[in-house]
Amino acid sequence: MADVIRIETPLTQEKLAQLKAGDNVLISGVIYTGRDAAHKKMVEALARREVLPFDVKDQIIYFVGPTPAKPGQVIGSAGPTTSGRMDAYSPILIAKGLTGMIGKGLRLPEVIKAMKAHGAIYFGAIGGAGALIAKRILEAEVIAYPELGPEAIRRLVVKDFPVMVIIDSQGNNLYETGKAQYRRA
Amino acid sequence: MKQILVEEIITAVEKLCIEANYDLGDDIMAGFRQALETEESPLGREVIDRLMENAKIAHNERVPMCQDTGMAVLFVEIGQDLHVVGGGLTDALNEGVRRGYDQGYLRKSVVKDPFERVNTGDNTPAVIHYNIVPGNKLHLVIAPKGFGSENMGALKMCKPSEGLEGAMQFVVDTVDKAGGNPCPPIIVGVGVGGTMEKATFLAKEALLRPVGEHSPEERLAKVETELLERINKLGIGPQGFGGRTTALAVNLEVYPTHIAGMPVAVNIGCHATRHKEITLEGRDA
Repeated sequence: MADVIRIETPLTQEKLAQLKAGDNVLISGVIYTGRDAAHKKMVEALARREVLPFDVKDQIIYFVGPTPAKPGQVIGSAGPTTSGRMDAYSPILIAKGLTGMIGKGLRLPEVIKAMKAHGAIYFGAIGGAGALIAKRILEAEVIAYPELGPEAIRRLVVKDFPVMVIIDSQGNNLYETGKAQYRRA
Repeated sequence: MKQILVEEIITAVEKLCIEANYDLGDDIMAGFRQALETEESPLGREVIDRLMENAKIAHNERVPMCQDTGMAVLFVEIGQDLHVVGGGLTDALNEGVRRGYDQGYLRKSVVKDPFERVNTGDNTPAVIHYNIVPGNKLHLVIAPKGFGSENMGALKMCKPSEGLEGAMQFVVDTVDKAGGNPCPPIIVGVGVGGTMEKATFLAKEALLRPVGEHSPEERLAKVETELLERINKLGIGPQGFGGRTTALAVNLEVYPTHIAGMPVAVNIGCHATRHKEITLEGRDA
């Protein structure tokens, strides 16, 4: 297991240039949530030349739709959702300055191309570890699209949020290298 | 003739929805422990460790193990000598789901229409499979299904000439294509035979069989073992980060089919393949 790298948001170009596919990273600071419906709304807002609910420059979006918080909880279980459903929208947000995405699963070449062109990282959180991950979220506040319920955009404050670098800004992809290393034809 | 009140059914379903989402099965925990022994990838072992820790947190703190608390799938066996009293059976099952997802702080993930996509707000309706059997009992299985894994399923109407090898290759290819999306280590449900919808039903039903338990038919158990070996040679590994543990189990169910066909269905269950069951006894009327 490689050493753990700690990073603080915002995720600037300078910081992300240091990250390589396969790195074990703990993120602290502010991140934002969004999944299919919120991404669709953000991209539609951009098409109408409206401002986004938050400035995406140097920010990280976590693809998640948490369960409702129980009384006393900051947030319910909050593991990553499948990132592929955001593939249609991510390149547009990356072009606007988004530098980080946290999710799980494969991405399309168009997304990786945008990541290389503008400088962005795709992190993987452990799918299905929603109860564990929720413990690293210190604050959660809905800041946009409350009508979307679990899909609303939330501003999270996280501490040592555990992720792996899946795809770095050079396009190196842990899903390909990891699989190749252990594949037996 | 025995009878059962709908209230009893509602309460049972409510409880099972919550338990299924909070308490991972012992069979899967045992599968994790075994995988830790054989997983070569350090990253893979770390993922499995975290998944076990996650399951313990969910159990101890009474929270859902995963934020995708699923669409509720129910397998219902009702004895033909049992009379449901006080309302409709389907309504009672849905009411139980409604209460369970509310009381358990489970996510409401169901939209009313596949095109308009407005959330129903209470996770109903459930998908309910009925079977009428001899006797006077009601057997309920609740299997909340997350869609990270559900979306990775596939059906192929194979030609009979493709044979066992063709069917097996389709299963392996389906898992290979899914990569890390369905949250490996996965459980692979395979249904072969019947008609198109029967094969997909069998594949779903196969996910209910405990991890580590093979088909009672020796020839099918051998196929399951071979499929598991081939899948675990793909290299996908826990979470798709690379490794030997892509699947914990392959469960195969078969059914008679038509002379002209061989439907093969694959239903993938994530590492949180959840199911809880109960048998309710009828009372004298």
